[in-house]
Amino acid sequence: MRKVAVVGAGMTLFRRRLQETGKELSFEAARMALDQSKMEIGDVDAVIHGTAPDAFDGVHMKGEYLLDGSGGRRKPYMRVFTGGGTGVFSAIAGYWHVASGLADVALVVNEEKMSSCQPHPQSVFAHIWDPILDRPLKPNLVWIFAMEMNRYMTVHGIPYEDIARVAVKNKRNAAGHPCAQLPDANITLEDVMNSELMAWPVRRLDISPPSDGAAAIVLASEDVVRKRRLRDQAAWIKGVGWCIDSTMWTDRDLVFPEYVNRAAKMAYRQAKIDRPRKQIDFAEPYDPFDYKELHHLEGLGLADKGKAGLMTREGITERDGDFPVCPSGGLLGVGNPIAATLGIKVGELYWQLTGQAGKRQIPKEVHTGVTQAWGDLMQYGCVVVMGT
Amino acid sequence: MKVGIVGVGITPFRPTTPEFSWKELMYDGAQRAYADAGIDPRTDVGSFITCAEDYYEGFGIFDEFTPDQLGAVLRPMHTVGGDGVQGLANAVMQIRSGLADVVVVESHSKASDILTFNGIVAHGLDPIWNKPLGGHPNYLAGLEMDAFLHGSGNTVKDCAHIAAANRQAALLNPTAAYPSRVTPDQVAASAALWAPLRTLDASIPADGCVVLVVAGEQPARAMASEPVWIQGIGWASDSPSLETREWVVPAYARLAAEMAYRMAKVRPSGAFDLAEVDDKFSYKQLQHLEAIGLARKGQAGKMARRGDLDAGGRLPTNVSGGSLGCGNVLDASGLHRVAEAVMQLRGEAGRRQVDGAKRAVVQSWRGLPAATGAVAVLGVGK
Repeated sequence: MRKVAVVGAGMTLFRRRLQETGKELSFEAARMALDQSKMEIGDVDAVIHGTAPDAFDGVHMKGEYLLDGSGGRRKPYMRVFTGGGTGVFSAIAGYWHVASGLADVALVVNEEKMSSCQPHPQSVFAHIWDPILDRPLKPNLVWIFAMEMNRYMTVHGIPYEDIARVAVKNKRNAAGHPCAQLPDANITLEDVMNSELMAWPVRRLDISPPSDGAAAIVLASEDVVRKRRLRDQAAWIKGVGWCIDSTMWTDRDLVFPEYVNRAAKMAYRQAKIDRPRKQIDFAEPYDPFDYKELHHLEGLGLADKGKAGLMTREGITERDGDFPVCPSGGLLGVGNPIAATLGIKVGELYWQLTGQAGKRQIPKEVHTGVTQAWGDLMQYGCVVVMGT
Repeated sequence: MKVGIVGVGITPFRPTTPEFSWKELMYDGAQRAYADAGIDPRTDVGSFITCAEDYYEGFGIFDEFTPDQLGAVLRPMHTVGGDGVQGLANAVMQIRSGLADVVVVESHSKASDILTFNGIVAHGLDPIWNKPLGGHPNYLAGLEMDAFLHGSGNTVKDCAHIAAANRQAALLNPTAAYPSRVTPDQVAASAALWAPLRTLDASIPADGCVVLVVAGEQPARAMASEPVWIQGIGWASDSPSLETREWVVPAYARLAAEMAYRMAKVRPSGAFDLAEVDDKFSYKQLQHLEAIGLARKGQAGKMARRGDLDAGGRLPTNVSGGSLGCGNVLDASGLHRVAEAVMQLRGEAGRRQVDGAKRAVVQSWRGLPAATGAVAVLGVGK
């Protein structure tokens, strides 16, 4: 198996409504990633595309539609799709394009344009349920995540403040991010705890915003890194893992994300990590809701079960803490254009590990980071470990 | 590293399948493949892949609904928004990367559940430039057929020959949904759709599921049946914009074939004992044969009418009956072609068997309005 590095990344603004089409957003992100890698599209052997439901754009075979904006014209072009997990999963697919030897340079482009969906992208989520068992109940995502959050809080006795602190931390972290949609350097715990109740116990500021945007990374084999003298700007992919749980979410234990845990174990095995909390310096777990950051830290083996909230309260997960979590500002602060969160997950790992994170740079030296995304019906976990 | 196909499961293709849900169809395809390979999916498989599109399935996020019926709960699994042969390419890459030893690839069609098939196809058109023009989206096939025939020198009669031959070949294939003894004259006399395309030049959607079990060299040799090696695989896309893509020699097929042949270290001429080439429309088979180097430009129709493509000919092509005879199973179409080639190379194709087949080429196209396709070179022996 060949070593694979990220040698460039790019992302567009994340905003509620952008004027650009999905193709244009994809182009912008791809152009930035190629520029940073000092490459042209002709240097790319394969393009991997990630984008979540077709119904957002109302375009059937959305991957085909977006392929010229992503640089896929007349190339091997592959769209992979794991719901919200696509934000990290497309990078895993990019990894195996290069690791297998079928490509030396792969461009991964993720795009999401949620604002095309009227009146609100949430309406697409009316069509993600089992048509017989779930759909007649007219569930929506905020409701079921409220159930999961409630169960997590109840079983472990976690106070709401410990969860709301995640939103405060991430929105503050996002103040240093040039693409951020909801940064707020001065947000307080009271702001989050007093925000509008959506579905108890979830409040408005516990949730990341719907967004438009795109992000891209360039992956290269070890030979390409050496020949093009990109070693100084290379961050290596050390391990990848992915896992899907049963469709039947009503039959599952919602307290612990077993699927994230299994994906993490797969990635750690490859990265030769047996004590993740000791061997990993920082994390970018998926944080579409604030409780999810805690949930995922536990799934990733970075916090004991029920203890991730305590880490947040004690400031351990702050950017200057002992174990920084979501130094990018996460989905809560930068925005949640589903698949395009590639830029604040794998992209942030890349920028942090290569010392290019600017105002967001973690003050301590970092050598190994882990990122993860979550998708489908509370059932998908995918994990990437990267290092210098 | 060598990668082989060690298990094949095909459900019979049918115009409708009222007795099975799409989930049951997937289960049926999977259990056949697992039995063929002699594996237990819960312990012997490293990764699962399904090839599907949300709109065909009628779900916001179809990936959610994939694991249970394949035995993939709490296992690595993902969806490819692409053709089955593209899914197979991911399996090859995962195995070559050392991420999995055994990979399952699934694709299916429950087209009979789709109330507005043509409306979905129209939703695949560019929403700004093309979709507002309206009309039945298959007009594109008429336009492309016209461009291809003018550009290559093939004729409407050549296309009618293909439409008749594939439907007749399907009479020997128990999987086929639409076998029939039609003649080229009957094709030419069938109702006009979009000139020069006629009703019998177009394939008809069908329900069905195809599952393959793929393995690296060591596990493949330990499995129940003789491995069919994936000697080369390639995939490519041309421009999605109708205005800037190749209409005569489709670039997606040409580039995918170049990639697959390079990997397999073969030149197409004379290299293959049989071919399974996309024929969702009759002219597409001729167009694809020329694009992937199996026929010289303008010669594919003559080859067909000379009998070169028949079961006993120089290059038996679509002896399965193809999409015209078996039915269009959407993104499972490519996987079905691979499955057919595997059975031929194993010598298990029954009355369709091409004697002594050692190497086959398979080519897929995603269907209207896509310009994406894939090619695989398969072989048996060392």
